[in-house]
Amino acid sequence: MARRWTNTLTHADVTPEAAFWNRRQIIAGMAGLGLASLAGGAEAQVSEEVLEPNSWEDVTSYCNFYEFGTGKGDPAAYAGRMTTSPWSVKIDGLVDRPGEYDFQQILGEMTVEERIYRFRCVEAWSMVVPWNGFELADLLNLAGVQEGAKYVAFETLYRPEEMPGTAYRVLDWPYREGLRLDEAMHPLTLMATGIFGKPLPNQNGAPLRLVVPWKYGFKSIKSVVRITLTDQEPPTSWNTANAGEYGFYSNVNPEVDHPRWSQATERRIGGGLFARREPTLMFNGYEAEVASLYDGMDLAKYY
Amino acid sequence: MGWLNHSLRRIPVWCVYLLGFLPLPWLFYLGLSGGLGAEPIKALEHEYGELALKLLVVVLAVTPLRRYLGLNLVKFRRALGILSFLYVLAHLLVWLMLDVQIPSQMIADIVKRPYITIGMAGFVLMLPLALTSNNGSVRRLGSRWRQIHRLTYPIALLGALHFLLLVKGFQVEPLIYLVIILGLLLLRLPVLRRKSVV
Repeated sequence: MARRWTNTLTHADVTPEAAFWNRRQIIAGMAGLGLASLAGGAEAQVSEEVLEPNSWEDVTSYCNFYEFGTGKGDPAAYAGRMTTSPWSVKIDGLVDRPGEYDFQQILGEMTVEERIYRFRCVEAWSMVVPWNGFELADLLNLAGVQEGAKYVAFETLYRPEEMPGTAYRVLDWPYREGLRLDEAMHPLTLMATGIFGKPLPNQNGAPLRLVVPWKYGFKSIKSVVRITLTDQEPPTSWNTANAGEYGFYSNVNPEVDHPRWSQATERRIGGGLFARREPTLMFNGYEAEVASLYDGMDLAKYY
Repeated sequence: MGWLNHSLRRIPVWCVYLLGFLPLPWLFYLGLSGGLGAEPIKALEHEYGELALKLLVVVLAVTPLRRYLGLNLVKFRRALGILSFLYVLAHLLVWLMLDVQIPSQMIADIVKRPYITIGMAGFVLMLPLALTSNNGSVRRLGSRWRQIHRLTYPIALLGALHFLLLVKGFQVEPLIYLVIILGLLLLRLPVLRRKSVV
């Protein structure tokens, strides 16, 4: 990779980067939060709160993984029965070295690092998650991306006997997701293998999942068993289920509402019954890193 | 069925009010203490809303149960209806004060989002029913009281539709509510009524 992404968020993030502070202050100001000047350090507290990772309990108990049920607690309750070892990922399509890649083998080839990312669900809640993983680009390079490839398609495990939620056709199983190749090769795009320095719990998409921090959470497909390089935009599950509500891109964008709710604000998980809403950041706060990928694109049209 | 009706008659209505009311503070306490999970606001909103819908289903079941099974719950119907209104009110207040928080956003939601428009319509239709759920109103309004309280039918349908339209993907639970409510309304059709024993 020409430039690797370096982490700016840390566990003990007492003094965040000046640029980040300024951005949040501008956005908070635009949202009309005049309270900040009244309450002195109130704004600083809000910012610090955003940077602090959520608890293990939050991250592992509040999940969307519809293969195990549509309730937020269903994945934690039922994903335990998913067999994650042995595990292999089929990489095929426009690659030089197609085949079944054993998960342990992949791990051996990759350098796992920690990435603390904001995670913004399309349902307007958010968390900060300390992931462990490697860049998707490294995995794709391992397989050798061919000249004509333009998109990357992903597929989640579909094993009805271990996935009670698939008894209902909430979605067209198996779960599918996709990225444009440049999005997939972006240094922020991660294949996570763990959280908090521990292997991924099943409900969080064990043993291997995608994390695209500037897109709504459902793009970050879990328990990946297949990666296909193609020259055409691949079908994706939520887009197929309801194209008017879920676009292929699904970049976090406070200015483009979901038809049924506003995306201008979000609620950080873990704030309890009286948690305040916070303004949602363009590209979930990764605008400086990824905005150029969408130069000249109408983001309201390609939502 | 006689002994059951007899025993039911001996249960004072205030018991139903009390039992029906208790989940309201209890769920709120669970939300405060972490008992509703990592995101208690949505959870509380959902619990109150679903309880209201369940109570509406029971209210609608009172007449068919009496007509087809001879089970008489009419004595408790007003309590169940008022409790349902109470939970709709609690559901609305959680949405307003804890969930949306921003008044301008709230109004935009009511206008722009069909599932919220439908939910609000159901709430507004419930107001006259809640206000006339007392003996004085029954006396004053006479036969019109019954007509007004048939609003329960569209209210229940709006409630089920509100639930159906807010979920993501194809989900079974709201459909079950809709089917049960439609069933309970169909049982009231005059065609069926003639065949039933009085």
